[in-house]
Amino acid sequence: MSAATEAPRAVRLRPFTMLLAVPIVGLALVPTTLDSYQTLLIAYGLIYGIAALGFNLLLGYTGLLSFGHSAFFAVGAYSVGFMVRYLGIQSMELYILVGIVLSGMVSALFGYICVRHTRIFFGILTLALSQVLYSLALSLFWITGGTDGLRVPRPNLLGGLLNFTSGGFPRFVSYYYYYVLVLFLACAVIMWVIAHSPFGKALQAIRDNETRAAFLGLRVRRFRWAAFFISGTFTGLAGTLWVPLNGLTTPDVAYWPFSGEIVFMTLLGGFRSFAGPIVGGMVYTYLKAYAVAVTDYWQLLLGAVLVVLVLVLPTGIVGAAARLFPRLTSPGRRD
Amino acid sequence: MALLQTIALTKRFGDLVAVNNVNFTVHKGEFLSLVGSNGAGKTTLVNLISGQVKADTGQILFADSDITTSRVSERIKLGIARSFQLVNLFDGLSVLDNVALAVFSREGKVRNLAVLADADRAVRAEAMGVLDLFGIEAQWSLLAGGLSQGERKLLDVAVAYALKPTLLFLDEPTSGVGTRDKAQIMDTVSAVVRAGTVTAVVIEHDMDIVFKYSDRVVVMHEGSMLADGRPAEIRANKEVATVLLGAPVPT
Repeated sequence: MSAATEAPRAVRLRPFTMLLAVPIVGLALVPTTLDSYQTLLIAYGLIYGIAALGFNLLLGYTGLLSFGHSAFFAVGAYSVGFMVRYLGIQSMELYILVGIVLSGMVSALFGYICVRHTRIFFGILTLALSQVLYSLALSLFWITGGTDGLRVPRPNLLGGLLNFTSGGFPRFVSYYYYYVLVLFLACAVIMWVIAHSPFGKALQAIRDNETRAAFLGLRVRRFRWAAFFISGTFTGLAGTLWVPLNGLTTPDVAYWPFSGEIVFMTLLGGFRSFAGPIVGGMVYTYLKAYAVAVTDYWQLLLGAVLVVLVLVLPTGIVGAAARLFPRLTSPGRRD
Repeated sequence: MALLQTIALTKRFGDLVAVNNVNFTVHKGEFLSLVGSNGAGKTTLVNLISGQVKADTGQILFADSDITTSRVSERIKLGIARSFQLVNLFDGLSVLDNVALAVFSREGKVRNLAVLADADRAVRAEAMGVLDLFGIEAQWSLLAGGLSQGERKLLDVAVAYALKPTLLFLDEPTSGVGTRDKAQIMDTVSAVVRAGTVTAVVIEHDMDIVFKYSDRVVVMHEGSMLADGRPAEIRANKEVATVLLGAPVPT
């Protein structure tokens, strides 16, 4: 092989990568520079970012649009509710462990059923299965609390090193924010590696051309199932992290409009880029919080945003920014 | 020595018999052209052998193994690869990633989700080597969707070649490109295939290309085998000329 054709150095620190340090430092300073309400909103944004990151492994990288990710979020949230109500557990680490296992199991089961189909049939199957869980959350009220849901008090963090039986909500929010931030960064790194691994490239290949992927020897359905499993588990973890902040889980998080919200945040940020869902989760949190405060017709407002988004910014906020600042991304390549 | 053999292979689509009782043999190391008019059954035959469609009756033997009911992935592991009549690439991936993915798959690394694909320098070097062979190494970082039609055709073959097949099917590798590019593509493809000691079966309509590059030519007509011979024999075959051109070639 000639010098000209030597394997190019793959991983380079590009301006975009170096710019990552800015938001990370900014996020680390949030509890010390902003008030509790803003800290709470950003914590919600980070949690939704995890959910949307997971969702986008299916939509952006595998080409499968799920309308049922509320199910996994709900499994993560309800697993905490059950542990509090029936086992009296208050450890956040145990919540996370059990939440991941249970949402992983439900994702594996739903995925096994859904990935036999693609396109609209896949979407309808995910929607239908999530609504089965919603119905169960409503109808098994003696277990799930029905429409009242399950209350979740502030948990202990770090194996009991931090507990919040005394002290106000702001103290809990500050500490819990850092807890969420660390897990968010871990999730982002893990998802980055997955998306840029040979497995992630295979998912993108399947998205682009299923037939050719099969003729590279890829077992397409197995790859889709694995993507579904990872995607649902990430979203389940987001549900587990969300419920102590919210203090309550109700069937609403299993209902299909919440799946729509996850789709919305991903589209808002841009499903064609890695960072899009994270940005979408954060912006959506703020949009919703302030829209609810401004008008009773906040859903109308968000609907209008969605229409504008699809018509004017089909690549989302990050896609539009990449077009405005092309130097942040390499020519012809996608992050 | 027969590398591939089909025995009484038949495929029907409703009332249409696309491949009718075909006994087709490919010998190791040859560059064989499969020709015939549109609808002759060439692509269906390749689809049957590569596993894209299942045979109704008959048998497919490859390297002494019966692969008639094998999965596509099993056939690829045994050494059968193919390119496509309509270019089938991963347009959202870079040119290098298109080929690297084939290398990852061949080496059983494609399920690895804990390391960055770009960090595997051996795979990247091999993929760059394949691109170099096909003369498209300069485009390695472009998205495959951004290549010209001729480059896409070459990349399509390169992706299949990166699987290091024993038997490579090329379905109309020059279709949709200009006359000048055709010769360049075929020169490149045939040089690479022969240097790599790969057995190649090319579906082609351009008879000048067929006669120039092939060791042997098989002619199909209405789902059946019509003729099988060296390029000179096929050129002199009046029945073939009638079927392909509508009238015998004047001598």
